[in-house]
Amino acid sequence: MLETQSTYNYKVVRQFAVMTVVWGIVGMLVGVIIAAQLVWPELNLGWLHFGRLRPLHTNAVIFAFGGCALFATSYYVVQRTCHTRIFSDALAAFTFWGWQLIIVLAALTLPLGITSGKEYAELEWPIDILITLVWVAYAIVFFGTIAKRKVTHIYVANWFYGGFILAVALLHVVNSAAIPVTLTKSYSAYAGVQDAMVQWWYGHNAVGFFLTAGFLGMMYYFVPKQAERPVYSYRLSVVHFWALIFTYMWAGPHHLHYTALPDWTQSVGMLFSLILLAPSWGGMINGVMTLSGAWHKLRDDPILKFLITSLSFYGMSTFEGPMMAIKTVNALSHYTDWTVGHVHSGALGWVAMVSIGSIYYLLPRLFGKSEMFSVRLITVHFWVATVGVVLYIASMWISGVMQGLMWRAVNADGTLTYSFVESVKASYPFWGIRFLGGLLFLVGMLIMAYNMVKTIAGGRAVNDARVLLPAAHHA
Amino acid sequence: METLYLLIPLSVVLVFLIGIAFWWSLRNGQFDDLEGPGYRLLMDDDRIRPPTADESADAGVGSTVDDLQVDSAEPTPRATKPLDT
Repeated sequence: MLETQSTYNYKVVRQFAVMTVVWGIVGMLVGVIIAAQLVWPELNLGWLHFGRLRPLHTNAVIFAFGGCALFATSYYVVQRTCHTRIFSDALAAFTFWGWQLIIVLAALTLPLGITSGKEYAELEWPIDILITLVWVAYAIVFFGTIAKRKVTHIYVANWFYGGFILAVALLHVVNSAAIPVTLTKSYSAYAGVQDAMVQWWYGHNAVGFFLTAGFLGMMYYFVPKQAERPVYSYRLSVVHFWALIFTYMWAGPHHLHYTALPDWTQSVGMLFSLILLAPSWGGMINGVMTLSGAWHKLRDDPILKFLITSLSFYGMSTFEGPMMAIKTVNALSHYTDWTVGHVHSGALGWVAMVSIGSIYYLLPRLFGKSEMFSVRLITVHFWVATVGVVLYIASMWISGVMQGLMWRAVNADGTLTYSFVESVKASYPFWGIRFLGGLLFLVGMLIMAYNMVKTIAGGRAVNDARVLLPAAHHA
Repeated sequence: METLYLLIPLSVVLVFLIGIAFWWSLRNGQFDDLEGPGYRLLMDDDRIRPPTADESADAGVGSTVDDLQVDSAEPTPRATKPLDT
């Protein structure tokens, strides 16, 4: 490939990549704190009680950690695969500083109790407007880069990233529509069950597009690159994309089974959730089978271990999700710890692990090194994190099913067998194990931070990576 | 459930927009080659090599990039089928 005079913008990728690790530690630390608060209730101090910190945890891990990972990787992938520098350096810098400002504002307002009360969309209207501005800038930078690409074909990862950017814009604008009363208080534009429907239309699609489509884009770039193998079936990856985005939008009502939502709407949600199993598993198999004929690489490449394990968790949680969306299963699982376990199987196992693997891939390239400071420490991180996830999920499965069974148990005379607090008491040991699992995952992130700092210390900020002309593209 | 009057049309509009995007990509030739793009991804060498490393000792992807450097100068890009599939 021929080099050109222009360079890639690695600065914005580097900024987001480093902040991914920083916010990962912050978000997971808050998670460990609230897990500890469930085990030791006396830790609920003043404003820093569970109710205030829990939204801070979810926002920090999804939007700060996950968001920064998506920004970093999408900016890298779109530049490398389109063989061109990013569309606008200034707008890209705006997305970085704007996104960091949003995160800081979230960290300040949520513990103060300034919240719209919508799960995963708690931030009040001034911050929502700021998010919209940053997101529009993000879309311009991303699609602008696609538009000035030097190859005809748009690589499949970019389709996933593009779908994620557009869908999140739509979801955010519709769900955050509110009537402001003061600077820190607004009321949703929707009321009652309408509001619940819009909220979970947003909520589940946030899972589908923010936490799935975006990270699938990551997977379709970093798995083949790290394995040095083309994706198992490029054809399947294209089918995966179109199938996923055509079918995702209506899975949301499964969050509202057995509520005031009309029954048929619940059934539609359940049906679409079941359909989603097909594209999800198609993509999972496609990613894992990329290693076909090169399985030995998994033995001593910890980055590949992270990426492939993340796909296993993706497969697991996208099987578990449709099962839990079946009404009869949901009657047992809903409102229990099983849901919490399911979420973390996706969040820690899939989202965090694929991000960690991708950031480990990026860091040496962004700091002028051939590999991370210590490959051994990546291996240590992998095992600590994996044991952490397994402890977390297994304990939540057990306590979740137990809670569901205890809540529904009735005596011969029709009275409840257990009081609610008895189920809380029975859950206690499992919350201890969950705390331990979360703590291990956090320790893994700290190991990563150390490895990152040492890599940066021994490297240099790469700002002269030349844009390579595409080798073989057809007109 | 008046909100469904918003959400359902929104989804229908969205499906149409996705349909248009699909139609555009079909006409644009995005699906003409569903093998090559997977290989071309690997030819974009983004590794940082240690300055002391012997370039010629670098096997694998590195060598295919060198091969293609010759290919890319050819006038007919179609002829540059990157690797045996």
